[in-house]
Amino acid sequence: MEITKQEVEKVAKLARLQVTESEVAVFTKQLSQILTHVETLKKYETSGVEPTATVLGQVNVFRDDVVRPSLSVEQALANAPEREADGFCVPKIIE
Amino acid sequence: MSLHKLTLCELQRKFTAGEVTAKEIVRAYFLRIGQVEPKVKAYVTTQKEQAMIQAAAIDDSLKGWRKTQPMMAMPLAIKDNLCTEGVTTTCSSRMLQNFVPPYDATVIATLRAQGYLLLGKTNLDEFAMGSSTENSAFGPSRNPWNVQCVPGGSSGGSAAAVAADECAAALGSDTGGSIRQPAAFCGVVGLKPTYGRVSRYGLIAFASSLDQIGPITKDVADAAFLLGVIAGHDPMDSTSADVPVPDYTKALKKKDLKKLKVGVPAEFFAEGLDPEVEQAVRAAIEELKSLGGEIKEIQLPRTDAAVAVYYVIATAEASSNLARFDGVKFGLRGKDTKDLLELYTKTRQEGFGPEVKRRIMLGTYALSSGYYDAYYGKAQAVRTLIRQDFDEAFKEVDLIVTPVTPTPAFKLGEKSDDPLQMYLSDIFTISVNLAGLPAIALPCGFSKSGLPIGMQLIGRAFQEDTLLRAAHAYEQSTQWRAKKPAVR
Repeated sequence: MEITKQEVEKVAKLARLQVTESEVAVFTKQLSQILTHVETLKKYETSGVEPTATVLGQVNVFRDDVVRPSLSVEQALANAPEREADGFCVPKIIE
Repeated sequence: MSLHKLTLCELQRKFTAGEVTAKEIVRAYFLRIGQVEPKVKAYVTTQKEQAMIQAAAIDDSLKGWRKTQPMMAMPLAIKDNLCTEGVTTTCSSRMLQNFVPPYDATVIATLRAQGYLLLGKTNLDEFAMGSSTENSAFGPSRNPWNVQCVPGGSSGGSAAAVAADECAAALGSDTGGSIRQPAAFCGVVGLKPTYGRVSRYGLIAFASSLDQIGPITKDVADAAFLLGVIAGHDPMDSTSADVPVPDYTKALKKKDLKKLKVGVPAEFFAEGLDPEVEQAVRAAIEELKSLGGEIKEIQLPRTDAAVAVYYVIATAEASSNLARFDGVKFGLRGKDTKDLLELYTKTRQEGFGPEVKRRIMLGTYALSSGYYDAYYGKAQAVRTLIRQDFDEAFKEVDLIVTPVTPTPAFKLGEKSDDPLQMYLSDIFTISVNLAGLPAIALPCGFSKSGLPIGMQLIGRAFQEDTLLRAAHAYEQSTQWRAKKPAVR
């Protein structure tokens, strides 16, 4: 499975990764190699096989909707790269 | 007697008998860390002052009524992807270099309540992605048996710290072998519990359908003891199982394998297996037989699909889990960005190393429109087939014995330029994660060059007690654990 430079650039965009020219070249080669290996799965017949998403077989795990202690505003903001008053600060979104 | 050489259980006995204080324990370990850490580089962060404060509190709380209080003094090293309140938790990534969690992971809170002493946070491959710790943003850890070699990964710092006596025991996490492979490379015991056995609340997520926390220890008794402390249901982790926790230490009393059937899968002894590793594991199988185990040839025919399945599922889940690192609420933020999109992309460019980016790319590709069914859907279906292989095998046997790795520890730099080669070296450990089963790695020999060789025992879901019993019987009948690395 050969993946193209353009596809690598598109995937980087989807993943919100800024990649350099040289990274694109390296990823194109390496991802092609890895995907070629993944192609070997084709030899396994899987029609009608239920996919495994989790091994435990749990469906929805619910709990009662009870108010419990949680992080304070200060604790929640303690790791913020930038804050303003009681909020996280990001670049302007709406002009 | 140097305290740092004792196992965790031996240390507990001395402590509860009043022969040693928590403060003396901490002092002994930091003396040892001072001696060997410059060569081993197991830790990202050490916590000498805080550990002394914890120790003083434990000693004070015990004055006069030591015998009635079950309080312990456990000097542990914790993999740096487990959240520790107030102590930097980096995942060995620039992204989280200054991240100080506001809460403890459930396993940490549990240990804290029982008197743990946090010696430090150990190095890993960035976000637990790798098999050598070479992907750490802070440089690789070294193998105490030969510092030119890798300690394995991703819990390489934890395994190296245990092997070099820089802690009594450690916690790691295992997504595709990240506890067992470094344990094998460093000649210590590593246990990956059943998926759901241990709460993962506070473990920084890599691949949520595979990740599991477990102990890395000097011997099997310590693994049984520590698993008993951390296992159990946790309402904070919806994937933790509500299954009773047996007394794992009690399970060690039977010092044989009588009435146990042990399966040997031909697929794990195939081409690519180092002859020295094969010889050591074959000899171990003979020993299991002489301990009363009934040895049976079995088949796990879909073994060769495991690497491909794993690297689609794990990377797909990682690409989703790591979307949270966007520079907004915590962690690194890219500098001088003009809009929100650039804030995301620059943050992720600066914060993630090459392997993490590679896996995010692969996972994003596998989940992208047009490729989802061919890659992710296909991998999930073949995962079912791999599980069925184990289901079939466990109808016939109680345990499965295999090598942990195809070779002993490799040299630093040997595989770091070839990701596929690195991935393929995980062949013997990853199918266990895909099936959610428990498995233990323990020493079963040494190569001619003096590097440890490990064997793996795989058990049925939630039957860690059987696994530990067999591992313990083998360990007690052999002398591998008596040998210690020179660390030079």
